[in-house]
Amino acid sequence: MSRLPLEGVRIVAMPVVFAGPFATMLLADLGAEVILVESIHHFPTITRGYMPRPPQFMVPTTGATFGGMGGIQTYVDHWAGDKPWERFAMFHALGRNKLSCCIDLTRPQGIEIFRRLIKVSDVFFESNAADTMEKLNLTYDALKEVNPAIICLSMPGLGCSGPHKYCSVFGAQLQALAGHTWLTRYPDLDYTTTQSLIFHSDAAAGATAAFAILCALRYRKRTGKGQFIDLAQLETVVPHLGEAIMDYTMNGRIPEPLGNRHHAMAPHGVYRCRGEDKWAVIAVSSDEEWQGFCRALGNPTWSKEERFSTVLKRLQNQDELDKLIEEWTCHHDHYEVMHVLQKEGVAAGPVLDNRDAFHDAQLNSRGFFEAVSHREAGTHLYPGMLWKMNGTPISIRKPPPCLGEHNNYVFKSVLGMSDNEICELEKEQLIGGDEYVCESPF
Amino acid sequence: MLEQALSGVKIIDLTWHISGPYCTKLLADYGADVIKVERPGKGDPARTMGPFFKDDPHPEKSGLFLHLNTNKKGITLNLKTATGRKILKELVKDADILVESFRPHVMPDLGLDYETLKKVNPGLVMVSISSFGQTGPYREFKAAEIVEYAVGGEMYSTGIAGREPLKLGGNVVQYQAGTIASVATMGALFAAEGQGNGQHVDVSIMETQAGSADRRIIYLMGYIFAGVITTRWPPPREAVRMLIMPQGVYPCKDGFVNTLSLPQWWPRYIEALGMPELKDDPKFQNLFSAEAGMEFDAIWYSWLADHDKHELFDIFLKSKIASAPVNNPEDLLGNVQLKAREYFVEIDHARTGKVTYPGAPFKLTESPWKIRCPAPLLGQHNEEIYCKQLGYPKEDLVKLREGGII
Repeated sequence: MSRLPLEGVRIVAMPVVFAGPFATMLLADLGAEVILVESIHHFPTITRGYMPRPPQFMVPTTGATFGGMGGIQTYVDHWAGDKPWERFAMFHALGRNKLSCCIDLTRPQGIEIFRRLIKVSDVFFESNAADTMEKLNLTYDALKEVNPAIICLSMPGLGCSGPHKYCSVFGAQLQALAGHTWLTRYPDLDYTTTQSLIFHSDAAAGATAAFAILCALRYRKRTGKGQFIDLAQLETVVPHLGEAIMDYTMNGRIPEPLGNRHHAMAPHGVYRCRGEDKWAVIAVSSDEEWQGFCRALGNPTWSKEERFSTVLKRLQNQDELDKLIEEWTCHHDHYEVMHVLQKEGVAAGPVLDNRDAFHDAQLNSRGFFEAVSHREAGTHLYPGMLWKMNGTPISIRKPPPCLGEHNNYVFKSVLGMSDNEICELEKEQLIGGDEYVCESPF
Repeated sequence: MLEQALSGVKIIDLTWHISGPYCTKLLADYGADVIKVERPGKGDPARTMGPFFKDDPHPEKSGLFLHLNTNKKGITLNLKTATGRKILKELVKDADILVESFRPHVMPDLGLDYETLKKVNPGLVMVSISSFGQTGPYREFKAAEIVEYAVGGEMYSTGIAGREPLKLGGNVVQYQAGTIASVATMGALFAAEGQGNGQHVDVSIMETQAGSADRRIIYLMGYIFAGVITTRWPPPREAVRMLIMPQGVYPCKDGFVNTLSLPQWWPRYIEALGMPELKDDPKFQNLFSAEAGMEFDAIWYSWLADHDKHELFDIFLKSKIASAPVNNPEDLLGNVQLKAREYFVEIDHARTGKVTYPGAPFKLTESPWKIRCPAPLLGQHNEEIYCKQLGYPKEDLVKLREGGII
């Protein structure tokens, strides 16, 4: 049995919300020992919930939840239980393969224990606001005194330098700053109405941060040198919008949002299908594919009309074309649309809701979902690996950790504390614990 | 001298379009030596995609291609010929990594599947990026940005209730797949360098979406935990208001701002608006009241109308409220924070001259991101790679060109 690629790499992590937890998940999937340093005295922002013990009205039974945040407040079976932080869907989505221990970093003795952990670790990863580590005196400069080869990564929204360093932003703001909000809307509505709750920045920043750690680890392997990684989440999103940026820098053009359309493909869009709120997307990228598209529909007479004969004409007459296509799609199931069109070599697919995904033939045939049993949450199918490796197969090896679940491992095996020492420190609530003792921040 | 993180890593890059090239761009920008292999004559189809420099649709002037292929050396090679395949194997012999993004049948049909290449170089990491993965019933299906987002990502809940699902702007799904692929590639490189064994990495763009698209992975858990099917929300002003404070995009004097609220931020709003009297206003004592929210909106909208987006950014920055202007690319290029961090870079290219590009996605203090060369012209490095690296005499180069091989 091969070892996993990052076996033997220890990452101390204090990630919050989405991007940081996502980055450390990718590293944990590759076999790194990711130890979350949490605290029973501090409830992190939107990571294990919105508050330690939410009132029932904040444990909604639908996707519609408080403050316009969308369906990210789901708890197992709509029940928060005695330990709501162990039942919060978002933490479970990103928590696999990690360990958790609790240290109180607000007291000097806690900081001392944390420094001992840094001494025996390879990476310190955190995704808090830019001033958090400064306040705790856990900056790279402070930590490299303890461990000169340590790699530290901080990923505040706007980076670790510059006049807006301390600006507090979430995905919605990064999306707006980067120009992605500008590009994402229904062409006939303005930005106040097209309020998408989907923010690409978290996914982009998280994946890029994982890559950054791997770069620094490789450099260290070759040179023995650690370093500091200054990652501005904003700066990871901008390259993902490269062509829009380049159109401006090369041509001075400010792109207009296209909605579901494409500047060079027609038909290109989303079409209503049979059933309630069912949709399929279609993208025809060449005349050859257009011929295939017409064949798939049984060559209806309109498909032979002059106004749809070339891509330029189809782009010009898109409104009429889309109406005709929808007259066909609305009689078909969204999967049917995919199969009929793909058979003729046309890119098409169903718009899958989150339930559909669990039944999808492709995801299931590749074993994307994995069954996981969790002490507090029960057994469920979890979304699994983002890629497959035939030499060092990766998988969900451990369920998301309960708060402080690995206290004993970390303090005893990793730090070599005696039972007595652990007992004393636990009494002081400097380490250990598995329940929040702090109040709700609201 | 070893100065970049990935210096010394040798990569053969057969990828085209967006995902694969973005993956190898990340690797190249941090120091890997990437040889981009293109079809003779035509090259990467991204060369035919806009935007074009000064709107001139020339294969060396595609902004998309130029952005995605910095720091790579470019050669042409026809893999449909036996000689072409033989040359590729020579390149593979000396490489650490090969990345390709064809449909799954292509490499096996060319006789260049992983099992064959492994015999040429047992330590080789081969990364295959495809729309749906190397296996499964959809493996040969065609896709496009919108298709990947529909089947893999969270298109279903993007947009507003009563309207059709909405695609995210641009090609971010493909860029995201490329970013994930760079993580997967590095993982396999660690295994290869650590254990001496290469392997085949299978990246499905659909799975990179299902496993990473914002909200998708959370909503998948939400369904399996509690049966919640998440759909598109009503437009913000019709949605059930649960907080006094604003949430979302609002018009201001010269554009729009996106503002977020947490319940504990009410005092910050009072401070930002410069209205301390609201603290004791009986209308605003219950933070979770929808009616109070409507009352507050009246104050909020008229206050916003008096301020431009940059003023608002400064005010909210001071009061620690998460808010940002809805920028367009022009705003972004002028952004003072990005300027202070010297984010954008100017790159000189033979056909366009100096153009401004997005810069480093993260700053490594010891082993920095660096532009060593711009995106290659089609076949620009044929002589360097074929003659200097592989040792073909120059006369052969002519024959290979005449034979349509390079």
